[in-house]
Amino acid sequence: MATLVIARLTFKEAVRRRIMLAAFILGLAFLALYGTGFYFALRDITPVAPGSAALGALYRSGLASGLTIMGLYAVNFLAIVMAALITADTLAGEIGSGTIQAVVSKPLLRAEIVLGKWLGFAGLLALYLLLMAGGVMAIAYALVQYAVPNVLVGLILIYLEALLIMTVTLACSSTLSTLATGGGVFGLFGIAFIGGWVEQFGALIKSQTAINIGIISSLIMPSEALWHRASYAMTPALAQALGVNMTGPFITTSVPSPLMVVYGVVYLLAALGLAIRKFGARDL
Amino acid sequence: MSYAIETHNLRKAFDDNVAVRGLTLQVAHGEVFGFLGPNGAGKTTSLKMFLGLVKPTAGSATLLGAPLGDRATRGRIGFLPEHFRFHDWLTAQEFLTLHGQLYRMDAARLRRRTAELLELVGLTPFRDKQLRTFSKGMLQRIGLAQALLNDPALVFLDEPTSGLDPVGRRLVRDIIHDLRSKGTTVFLNSHLLSEVEVTCDRVAFIKHGEVLRVSELNALAGGTTGVTIRAHGLTPQVVAGLVQWGRDARLDGDQVTLTVADEAALPAITRYLVAQNVDVYGIAGQRLSLEDMFIQIVGTDGGL
Repeated sequence: MATLVIARLTFKEAVRRRIMLAAFILGLAFLALYGTGFYFALRDITPVAPGSAALGALYRSGLASGLTIMGLYAVNFLAIVMAALITADTLAGEIGSGTIQAVVSKPLLRAEIVLGKWLGFAGLLALYLLLMAGGVMAIAYALVQYAVPNVLVGLILIYLEALLIMTVTLACSSTLSTLATGGGVFGLFGIAFIGGWVEQFGALIKSQTAINIGIISSLIMPSEALWHRASYAMTPALAQALGVNMTGPFITTSVPSPLMVVYGVVYLLAALGLAIRKFGARDL
Repeated sequence: MSYAIETHNLRKAFDDNVAVRGLTLQVAHGEVFGFLGPNGAGKTTSLKMFLGLVKPTAGSATLLGAPLGDRATRGRIGFLPEHFRFHDWLTAQEFLTLHGQLYRMDAARLRRRTAELLELVGLTPFRDKQLRTFSKGMLQRIGLAQALLNDPALVFLDEPTSGLDPVGRRLVRDIIHDLRSKGTTVFLNSHLLSEVEVTCDRVAFIKHGEVLRVSELNALAGGTTGVTIRAHGLTPQVVAGLVQWGRDARLDGDQVTLTVADEAALPAITRYLVAQNVDVYGIAGQRLSLEDMFIQIVGTDGGL
């Protein structure tokens, strides 16, 4: 009950403080730029083997899937940044200003405050992802009738990644200051990011050590592994087979195991548990 | 007898910094109780322990008969925090609705209470304005309304008048007066001794997180008197003998000061001194203000 009140409050805050509006307007700007780029890239393409219509079509579809994954990668990154930014100040800020005092002294559990905020942010991120990822996919479909495979699985994985970052941020925000929270979360994200790419290139050059580095970094923070799993799901088998040459670095060559997804969920739940525990125990 | 607030050796230490050393206190139902002490005496920390914001290191306490942290009891308590900051992007109406929902009030009662309280604190014309446009005094008023939403049995007010002009202070005084007549227990943290003097039934003086003394203010108004005696032939033994009428007796050359509970002690003191062969040149009683008492009990070092 109190959880829903806090969730609604969190949502309302994002609207009132124009966070939603800013995200929406800049999101539209992003989609406009992306659509324009996509359009001209496809119009100006010169087929590698002139005269062969079949090869040309293949090339175009490869480019379409590559451009779409690239767009989704940008969306994925924006969603993560959004998740960290809107969450970093929520507990730390309200504790610092004392706003939390009049709330915590009401007949509710502190856990309800954490869960309510979590739900509110989860709702905001869902809306943001639907707008952005939906926009990217709609543009690809409108321009070249390219339909992304496994949309649902891919979107769920990207959403899970955003939720993971949001939850870890919430956990940090329950004990650390806003700035320390931001620094900590982006530090973790950096480890996952670079580890993930080391793993991809490792797979390309068949370096087991590089792959292992990637796996270890994914254990420290599984966010990027979730993205690679999502990008793998949303890349057509053909483009997958053609590999990196044609569509740039956005093809996933070392596919994280489904266990990594389970690990991501467990990680998220553990972070949520930590947020509840830490916030529940601290003096305000 | 059951108390609205009862604490026993309540203690809070932040690492090795002891904020509240051992608070033992009883506040009766329906009482307006003042909590006085210098800055850093542990007043706000004590309040935070009562409200579950800060966890005591040791000791025990009950509010309205239930142990600290009881959730149902928090539904019968109102709280105006010190340096209150609220979600300032809410309107006054939304703000009260939010807090009413957190009190789990049903919609009809909440609507009625919100309208009543906005009227009470004089903010009805501003109910659709966001709190960030409010002045400090207006925020204090809306905070006070928030603390009264649930018709609480026990209200904690932490410096409720610090941001208010004289009109606002009068309003708070009237509200506390109303609460008392309804049988609500009010626990008031305040620096403003003149406020406390006119609103409280009893006061506790605290310093370093310990209760130094609890006094009834009515008795104070009727009695407690500072006595100054000018005389020759005063000896420490004679001065020590004065304890039967009062306390804090201090000899300074030809002058003795002490505090007595009632002016009626003056003739007896005079007879005693004469019997001890002291030449009395003058004896004068002066009623103590709360400020005098504060300084006398807490000391002028401000608890530092």
